[in-house]
Amino acid sequence: MIDFIQSLGRWGIDTLQRLGRGHLFLWYMVRGIPEVMLRFSLVIQQLHSVGVMSVMIILVSGLFVGMVLGLQGYNTLVDFGAEESLGVLVALSLVRELGPVVSALLFAGRAGSALTAEIGLMKSTEQLSGMEMMAVDPIRRIIGPRFVAGIISMPLLAAIFSAVGIFGGFVVGYGLLGVDDGAFWSQMQVKTDWYDDVLNGVIKSVVFGIVVTWIALFEGYDAAPTSEGVGRATTRTVVHSAFAILGLDFVLTALMFGGI
Amino acid sequence: MPLIKIRDLHFYRGDRAIFDGVNIDIQRGKITAIMGPSGTGKTTLLRLIGGQLRPDSGTIEVDGQNVHKLSHAGLYELRKRMGMLFQSGALLTDISVFDNVAFPLREHTDLPESMIRDLVLMKLQAVGLRNARNLMPAELSGGMARRVALARAVTLDPMMVMYDEPFTGQDPISMGTIVNLIHRLNDAMGLTSIVVSHDVRETTEIADIIYLLSAGKVIESGSPVQLKRSSSQWVQQFIQGLPDGPVPFHYPGTEFADDLLSPEVPA
Repeated sequence: MIDFIQSLGRWGIDTLQRLGRGHLFLWYMVRGIPEVMLRFSLVIQQLHSVGVMSVMIILVSGLFVGMVLGLQGYNTLVDFGAEESLGVLVALSLVRELGPVVSALLFAGRAGSALTAEIGLMKSTEQLSGMEMMAVDPIRRIIGPRFVAGIISMPLLAAIFSAVGIFGGFVVGYGLLGVDDGAFWSQMQVKTDWYDDVLNGVIKSVVFGIVVTWIALFEGYDAAPTSEGVGRATTRTVVHSAFAILGLDFVLTALMFGGI
Repeated sequence: MPLIKIRDLHFYRGDRAIFDGVNIDIQRGKITAIMGPSGTGKTTLLRLIGGQLRPDSGTIEVDGQNVHKLSHAGLYELRKRMGMLFQSGALLTDISVFDNVAFPLREHTDLPESMIRDLVLMKLQAVGLRNARNLMPAELSGGMARRVALARAVTLDPMMVMYDEPFTGQDPISMGTIVNLIHRLNDAMGLTSIVVSHDVRETTEIADIIYLLSAGKVIESGSPVQLKRSSSQWVQQFIQGLPDGPVPFHYPGTEFADDLLSPEVPA
């Protein structure tokens, strides 16, 4: 019993310490952002490896998610003779929910894990220490540009995901199931609100971008400098990001659409 | 006045004392070696001097400045005047040899690219790797990587260089090269060098002063000749590499005979 309480206490202290380190790390990153912006070429390099390299997985997944939405939506709507509203259903599902959430989950798996492994390996091969001793702050030189690139990439990737998904829904709805294309697009145009739907979707994906990139970079920076430590950190990035995305999605949805 | 003054240094990892009241002076222009068995915290000492770790008590002054009282900016300013050679080299793996050596210059100066090129080639020439400048770190042998790292450590013309186990894992030729380089660079650039090592032969060859550390304390210090004449059995065991002596061959615990006769059954 005493052992159990002891281990519970240790777990609690460890978790609190990690949380503290994580938030300090976030503060250091945020404090370095003005300096990072002055050397934007570093951010552009990272936009390529974090953002552009994730485009393919986003394109393919977005297309299939949109096509499935088209099929499932049609099957439900047709019973009520409302299949012409398919465009609205596909667009709102994607812009409000699936776009930001699924693209953030994919982003955590593709870019987040890569960031953690990269930073973790740089730490275990003493590259970060070496940089500190060269009087170059790794948080500003290495971490900061990746953080900014993650925040910029995430909403753009979510937008690509939603756009491709809507196209996928259209291909299935119009091409396969014979929904009227005029109704598909015009209903979507009328029913999708810039502020309520698009802007809220963008806010969600910016928040997810901040959180996923923060988790990925912190896990790499805090990883035990061994191959096992880096492996565990990479797994934690994906798992913690998934929890954070889904939990925050509920909170944000409640705030935006829950009438709270 | 010494360049580095370490006074009453205490540093703990958990409950274990790594340093338990250490006093060391590093004289300007000299090569000072810090020696001791593995796990005595030699690398930790370099990290304390570089301000990457904080002592539990005691002070470390570098060039008259207390390292652990400096602000973030002050510490980074001081580090520009310190070079450090890591055991692994710690080269940035995604850029070439040339870019690695140019890295501190590009980060800290606004020099035109043509001047950076000349400076980098000078440093690479000094370590004999000017023609390897286009290679990537993964294409270098361990010894070459260390030489590139050495060129990078002196790129900003520091006042001192810290070498962390520079001889470990080197073949005889690259070992000789590195011994020679440390000596030559120290004299030619007017550096102060701190060499952390447990390779007795190479270190005694180049060091002006040696500090022997064990169990968190300075056991002995002096010139290599003084150390070789030391009456301390511990020093003699270390210098001559004897397997048994004050540092026992057997991990401390029960006697072998008692163990054989004990009824303890492995769990």
